[in-house]
Amino acid sequence: MIAQVPMGHGLFLAAILFTLGLAGVLVRRNIVFMLMSVEVMLNAVGLAFVVAGARWGQVDGQVMFIFILTMAAAEVSVGLALVLQLYHSFKTLDADAASTMRG
Amino acid sequence: MTVLFYISACIAVLATAMVITRTRAVHALLYLIVSLLAVALIFFTLGAPFVAALEVIIYAGAIMVLFVFVIMMLNLGAQAAKQEAEWLKLGTWAGPTGLCGALAVELIYMLTSEQERLSAVAVVTPKEVGMALFGQYVIGVELASMLLLAGLIGAYHLGRPHRH
Repeated sequence: MIAQVPMGHGLFLAAILFTLGLAGVLVRRNIVFMLMSVEVMLNAVGLAFVVAGARWGQVDGQVMFIFILTMAAAEVSVGLALVLQLYHSFKTLDADAASTMRG
Repeated sequence: MTVLFYISACIAVLATAMVITRTRAVHALLYLIVSLLAVALIFFTLGAPFVAALEVIIYAGAIMVLFVFVIMMLNLGAQAAKQEAEWLKLGTWAGPTGLCGALAVELIYMLTSEQERLSAVAVVTPKEVGMALFGQYVIGVELASMLLLAGLIGAYHLGRPHRH
């Protein structure tokens, strides 16, 4: 356990990756890029769980990562189906094109 | 061992910064795959080999393949062949390939110095993860299966062709 990476550094990396993903969601308007940024954010959260689990040598962090992985798979399949629907309806990938509701 | 963590961390941050600044979706996707592989290597250095393998197989494999399919479906058109020729230029793939090469060097170094690694880091084995997953967290597994079923039905419903 002597050569272990400090937990703070791992959490710091997770925070940087999460912030980059958040910036991607907020800055980009292409919906495919926004989905990719959401993936980056989910991955950063999973990294934080694994870092915390490795700090105490427990399995719970890895179990939570597996649940996040499952959730990301379900999210991306529905999200990409929505991307295809958006493209077929509006002939563009701009998220702002779908900003109006039709009740 | 800690040095490998910091190199992988730098590669992950660099590749993620490239993901959110690219203008073409496929370029961003290449960098996103590099970023996920770097995070997988970080999991390996943290003593979590099972989730490192899952990260490569499910994230960098299955989920990224979905992205590639959708981007390729949206890009069908007259200029597709021209784009294909452009993507084969050196400038497109030199960045991701260089970062992947750095990760490969780290991985080879890790595999050749296996003995010091095992003594330095407390490894959580796949067996322990499986025992916890199907013992203590079995209700979570059931909920995850229901979530996946909902995702499957939702994707099928949304992906249906329109009938006018």
